[in-house]
Amino acid sequence: MSIFVKFTIDGQICLAEEGKQLIEAAKENNIYIPTLCNFSGIPPKGSCRICTVLINGKPATACTTKVSENMDIKTSTEELENFRKAVIELLFIEGNHFCPSCEKSGNCELQALAYRYKIMAPQFPYLFPKRSIEAWHPKLIKDHNRCILCKRCIRGIKNEQGKSIFAYGKRGENLEINIDKETSKNISDELAQKCMDICPVGAILVKEKGFTVPIGKRKYDYNPIGSDIEKK
Amino acid sequence: MGNTINAIIKKYNGDETRLMDILLDVQTELGFINDWTVEQISKSLDIPQVEILQTLSFYHFFHREPRGKYTIYLNDSVVSNFYGKEEIKKVFEEELGIKTGQVTPDGLIGLFETACIGMSDQEPAALINEHPFPSLTPDKVKNIVKLMKEKKSIEDIKGNKYGEGNNSHYLMRSLVNNNIREKGAVIFSDYTPGEAVKKIVKELSSTDVIEELKKSYLRGRGGAGFPTGLKWEIARKAKGDIKYIFCNADEGEPGTFKDRVILTELPKLVFEGMIIAGYAVGAKYGILYLRNEYRYMKNYLEHVLQEMREEGLLGSFINGKKGFDFDIRIQCGAGAYVCGEESALIESAEGKRGEPRDRPPFPVESGYLNKPTVVNNVETFCTAVKIILNGAEWYNKMGTKESKGTKVLSISGDCERPGIYELEWGFSVNDILKKAGAKTQDVLAVQVGGPSGNCISEKEFNRILAYEDLSTGGSLIIISKKRDLIKDVVLNFQHFFKEESCGSCVPCRTLTVIYEKIIKKIVDGKGTKSDIDNLLSWAAFMKNNRCGLGQTAANPTISTIKNFRQLYEEKVKGNIELFNPDFDENSAIKDYMEVVNKK
Ligand SMILES: Cc1cc2nc3c(=O)[nH]c(=O)nc-3n(C[C@H](O)[C@H](O)[C@H](O)COP(=O)(O)O)c2cc1C
Ligand code: SF4
Ligand code: SF4
Ligand code: FES
Repeated sequence: MSIFVKFTIDGQICLAEEGKQLIEAAKENNIYIPTLCNFSGIPPKGSCRICTVLINGKPATACTTKVSENMDIKTSTEELENFRKAVIELLFIEGNHFCPSCEKSGNCELQALAYRYKIMAPQFPYLFPKRSIEAWHPKLIKDHNRCILCKRCIRGIKNEQGKSIFAYGKRGENLEINIDKETSKNISDELAQKCMDICPVGAILVKEKGFTVPIGKRKYDYNPIGSDIEKK
Repeated sequence: MGNTINAIIKKYNGDETRLMDILLDVQTELGFINDWTVEQISKSLDIPQVEILQTLSFYHFFHREPRGKYTIYLNDSVVSNFYGKEEIKKVFEEELGIKTGQVTPDGLIGLFETACIGMSDQEPAALINEHPFPSLTPDKVKNIVKLMKEKKSIEDIKGNKYGEGNNSHYLMRSLVNNNIREKGAVIFSDYTPGEAVKKIVKELSSTDVIEELKKSYLRGRGGAGFPTGLKWEIARKAKGDIKYIFCNADEGEPGTFKDRVILTELPKLVFEGMIIAGYAVGAKYGILYLRNEYRYMKNYLEHVLQEMREEGLLGSFINGKKGFDFDIRIQCGAGAYVCGEESALIESAEGKRGEPRDRPPFPVESGYLNKPTVVNNVETFCTAVKIILNGAEWYNKMGTKESKGTKVLSISGDCERPGIYELEWGFSVNDILKKAGAKTQDVLAVQVGGPSGNCISEKEFNRILAYEDLSTGGSLIIISKKRDLIKDVVLNFQHFFKEESCGSCVPCRTLTVIYEKIIKKIVDGKGTKSDIDNLLSWAAFMKNNRCGLGQTAANPTISTIKNFRQLYEEKVKGNIELFNPDFDENSAIKDYMEVVNKK
């Protein structure tokens, strides 16, 4: 039998199963904590930092935190919200994001968060990096301009033999995602679609398919990201 | 070539967690690791090529194309630059006829730069095929290049003026000097190897050892200052059939070189500390993680380990005690400062890229191969041995209220006597300046604790080195008034952090780039007042990074704006806010002009 624990988020009393991921526990209590690198069902790796909250006064990422009895959590302080805004802006300025020409527009979590946080012009200088688009793969396109290096593809995708397809290359500002020529060779259409779906932005696309759902009818076109959790 | 690779992989039993060793050995044998080699390793280990590249491309001493029969890595640290690195670089470039970052057309010699190699007391220094060449002068460089062109062996190029003490041991033959300026009562005092092990076997249970350490209030010497007794106790109580003891000899914080000297002169003291930790925690395996820059010590250290095995201090039945088994292996790094962070160190020792882990769980609960793991600094292990030998009471008589015992300091920069000082906690910065032969009136600033620490001005020179006041992992860089603090120090440090970020966290990966960029802009006289304000306010975002690197990566800028604001204001004076002095019309329209064929 599972044990339920009581904790507070911004003063609101919440209940959830002990040891549950804080993101999920908050969701069950109708509280949205923004995420980017987190993906339900795969082990978390706190890399984007956007889900940072205060736990008993100390900053920690909600995606890597398990709830316990009497945890005191703060998520909507001005400082944290400013931080989240900064993370979103930093992701825009470090890559090259031209939303109107992106297949993922409207379904993109980064774009949706930027709308939610009402971002107009970033406070940081644009870096305009030179990045490539890889199209050698028979089924996938890898657009490095849009990659936010969240590692979701690395963590969540294995081929039919259980081998990794994606991995990081280099480090720091040169960090990139590489696709393995061997292990990705014979992936099925379903797996290719899964790669595209796991990516929060338009950095992995399935070839020869596009705009099956027209712009204007996509996931975040009418409902801001997180509103489904908050409305319930 | 295929045979060489297979033999190396066999040596490590085809174990993918030993990928670092495999890559290091392959590179030593073949000179570089190209795509074909990656493919061979991938087939043999049955792991995808991208995963091998993930490790390979993370570390800057691994390379995928040839870097010369002789590969020179010139130290680009702040102190190296103080001591004339630019001139040395120029002489190398002229003599070789290449630019830094290139290899001579005949493939003989490659010239590259690298971050601090732990020789700040004898700069400018370089590594050539992993051998340190300290205190370089233009004449020495000319001679080195001449000998390389004659294809002399590295031993011939080094000559025979080896450094003091064990530096001239036949397995090291290094040109490095120890520069031990002051010996204290704990680390550099009399020591007979094996006595502490003998004592615990005879008199102390594992919990006694931990109790004694707790009573001594020993705190970790790697920077964070975590109580060592408590760490060992948690690891002892942690659930796990196998446990590990790691000694952190990554020593990557620029300006720090004390662990280099301790490992050179007192390796048995370090290893004995690990053995005692093993006894206290119930661990049978120890790993010394040695930074690549210190790989020149590896054969010597292996030899010391072998001696200790023969003396019955390592292996099974240590000192004849049933069940007391412990052995140590050496894991070399391949060039990444972040691997000094304990969880990145563990990842690296498992053959992966050195990306810090999320915590909890902490290594004491789940570390190397997910087993409980103690990670301690070189100096911490040494101190533990002396506490076991002489007792906590003896130890507590030294130091201050909250900082007991002594601290080994690495002192460098603008002073007459750079080197190693073992001092009781409680000395002021002024005391240390005097000891090192720096005149207070000539000193502009002191960088305490490396780039991630604090840059203090004269106003704070009376502060005391202790956990309760100026806490430090032990390095002080003295910066004289003839230096341009922002250009010579801050810019170098911000560049360092940008290069060394693992890239996982968004604020660390991106803001380190922006900090360097804006400091460069200010140095170039194109900054504005709002740049200074932005640098200050953005630092708050860095606090939420995963590890200490990102959390402190804005410190060089922040601590100098706080303590030397006038230096920044002088550099931005006269630049008008609304107008962007950084904007350059010609470069902005360069692409367009090319497209329309106008020059
Ligand atoms: C970026 C970074 C680099 C570090 N480098 C070192 C190092 O070179 N040596 C070291 O002992 N500790 C280093 N540390 C601290 C270690 O994470 C760890 O706290 C220490 O090894 C624990 O040993 P101690 O308790 O004996 O100090 C570093 C930490 C960070 C965040
Ligand atoms: S490709 Fe997509 S899923 Fe993979 S790291 Fe980049 S943004 Fe994340
Ligand atoms: S703070 Fe920087 S170095 Fe540390 S884990 Fe994050 S990105 Fe990597
Ligand atoms: S969602 Fe938690 S760090 Fe990215």
